[in-house]
Amino acid sequence: MSGEEFVPLSLTPMLIGVLAAVACALPGNFLVLRKQALIGDAISHVVLPGIVVAFLITGLVAAAPMMLGAAAAALVSVVMIEAIRRLGNIEPGAAMGLTFTTLFAAGVLLLEQSDTSSVHLDVEHALYGNLESLIWLDAIGWSSLLDPLALMGLPPELGRVVIALIGVVGFLWLFWRPLVLSTFDESFAQAMGIATNRLGVALVMVAALAAVAAFDAVGSIIVIAMFICPPAAARLMTNRLEHQVAWSVVFAVLSAVFGYIFAGYGPLWLGFDNAVSAAGMIATVSGLILMLAACCAPHRHRSGAPVA
Amino acid sequence: MFWDALTLQLGYNATLVTIGATLLGIAAGVTGTFLYLRKRALVSDAISHATLPGVGIAFMLMVLLGGDGRALPGLLLGAAVSSWIGLLCVSWLTRFTRLSEDAAIGAVLSVFFGFGIVLLTVIQTMGAGRAAGLEGFLLGSTAGMLFNDALVIAGGGALTLLAVIILRRPMTLLAFDPEYAASRGVNVGRMDLAIMALALAVTVVGLKVVGLILIVAMLIIPPVTARFWTERTDHMVLISGLCGGLAAWIGASLSAVAPAMPTGPIIVLTSFALFVLSLLLAPNRGVLAVYLRHVRFQRRVHMRQGLLALAQGQPIYEAFTVRLLKRAGLAHADGVPTDDGRARAAKALLDEKRWELVRADQAFESAAALYDGLRDIETVLTGDQISEIDQRIGGPQGVTA
Repeated sequence: MSGEEFVPLSLTPMLIGVLAAVACALPGNFLVLRKQALIGDAISHVVLPGIVVAFLITGLVAAAPMMLGAAAAALVSVVMIEAIRRLGNIEPGAAMGLTFTTLFAAGVLLLEQSDTSSVHLDVEHALYGNLESLIWLDAIGWSSLLDPLALMGLPPELGRVVIALIGVVGFLWLFWRPLVLSTFDESFAQAMGIATNRLGVALVMVAALAAVAAFDAVGSIIVIAMFICPPAAARLMTNRLEHQVAWSVVFAVLSAVFGYIFAGYGPLWLGFDNAVSAAGMIATVSGLILMLAACCAPHRHRSGAPVA
Repeated sequence: MFWDALTLQLGYNATLVTIGATLLGIAAGVTGTFLYLRKRALVSDAISHATLPGVGIAFMLMVLLGGDGRALPGLLLGAAVSSWIGLLCVSWLTRFTRLSEDAAIGAVLSVFFGFGIVLLTVIQTMGAGRAAGLEGFLLGSTAGMLFNDALVIAGGGALTLLAVIILRRPMTLLAFDPEYAASRGVNVGRMDLAIMALALAVTVVGLKVVGLILIVAMLIIPPVTARFWTERTDHMVLISGLCGGLAAWIGASLSAVAPAMPTGPIIVLTSFALFVLSLLLAPNRGVLAVYLRHVRFQRRVHMRQGLLALAQGQPIYEAFTVRLLKRAGLAHADGVPTDDGRARAAKALLDEKRWELVRADQAFESAAALYDGLRDIETVLTGDQISEIDQRIGGPQGVTA
């Protein structure tokens, strides 16, 4: 394929997919290790009501209010889960399921009842995203990468995903040691004077940041898949956290690139005319990677478990 | 109009849908109770998301075989098969790899759902317009439901309910004490699978009504609600079924009146409203009850400390204590005890001394274990025992010069 076709049509969606996948996979490592993997699931469900409420309040389909609304919804859901868990003395899983389904239901109801038919805001969009439509119309070939005028025309989602990724990396880099300590030995971390509760909330908020930025570009399916599948597969590859994080990034990039390619070109190879959902395909590929890892990765068994 | 819907006066189909949804709600609430007690509520999330690829594949197969792709029994069968595979994936990942159950659930639900979306986009390109009904499985829609569909839902809900009633004894046993259940001859692995299969049945039957994203709520919220009201499993199952049925009945009726309102979200929000009411008002575990209990406890502590201070002639600085004593007629506003107050204070001091002896004496060990600083000694010891202790304390004695 030539640069004239690839750069405007496929480069930016693929890049956004890769960056979003990595931004979600990085905090996902810690969520999986802390047995909070489903927080990602909960966050990606409550993003919908956040966006709808932001739209109803401001009347704008603009990025800033919607991102704020989504982040606020993520915060509300975390507080609500914690409140229900403590006030009602209910196990965390049930509190989480109760919270996100209720908020999601409220979001759907608001969406159906309000007059949002004129704008591009619907449940399907929230689920699948529109990765394929994030094209770079100003580009004419590889040379456009050096052309400042063409670079101005990059889809704004790209910038937001980059900012989210920088935020995630910065957080992990700054708080690496306390995060690792509190993940593996919470009591020891507390004894060392680390505010583990606050750190836990901060981790969830960073995950929410990644989820919201990725959601905007690629929909909530990828968000859940990328939070869990690459880190889980990486967990089966190694016993060292640094290596696990590196593996998870590799897996996230592989899923995004191959998912996008299979979705865009796979059907053509098989003789169909139309591409399939890129978001869904990326999730599928990440699942295949996890399956491979679960079948033959070196550290797939529990330590001490009998080798079958 | 709404009343008509509630009392099933809105035509044959609406009635059938309402009855079907209510049966489904009851079945979901009852099944969910065992899921919740087994602490595996979120497995239902994986089950429900894993139905989507099955729906897609069933649709494609039926179209390829020349039938109508939207035939509900076929779609539900496909959904059941693929969510069963998803369920097996979750238990395989949890058992044979080091991944914890939450990671396995998350992985299965996102991957199956993503694959389902891929299949949906394939279907959209297969034959324009024929796939229109499939999006309904995401959020549920009862509008335009066919008579046969409603029949399938009502029948499925009733069958699931029947199965739960038959299996309720072993499932209760399993939920509380798997080892004991095994020793009584219950096949734990198979019974666990049976609970999951029932949850799966509810999910599949409910797909059309509330959609796959929100069916989870019907399995989780009613049991959590019911848990507030009772400490007994059999009651919890009944209450949970009642809550689920009530929410589904109200939700289906509302959506029959206003077809624009999607059934699923209304059922979920009704269910959540019941939950909030229970969270606040439930008699023993509710927030209000806990708060009232706390306030009562606080009063008793203040009262006792106040009485002891009065007995020993110490001034009381705590304004709340003085207010309590004054309201009970035991002290004046300036903290000086009334006659009543003096008597009660003397009694409090005497009880304090009695407790001191009781706690020092090995013979009263079991009674001493009940000491918490507030318990009246008369509720622990008999009159004889108290007079025995009083003898040890001894009465007032003359002072020898």
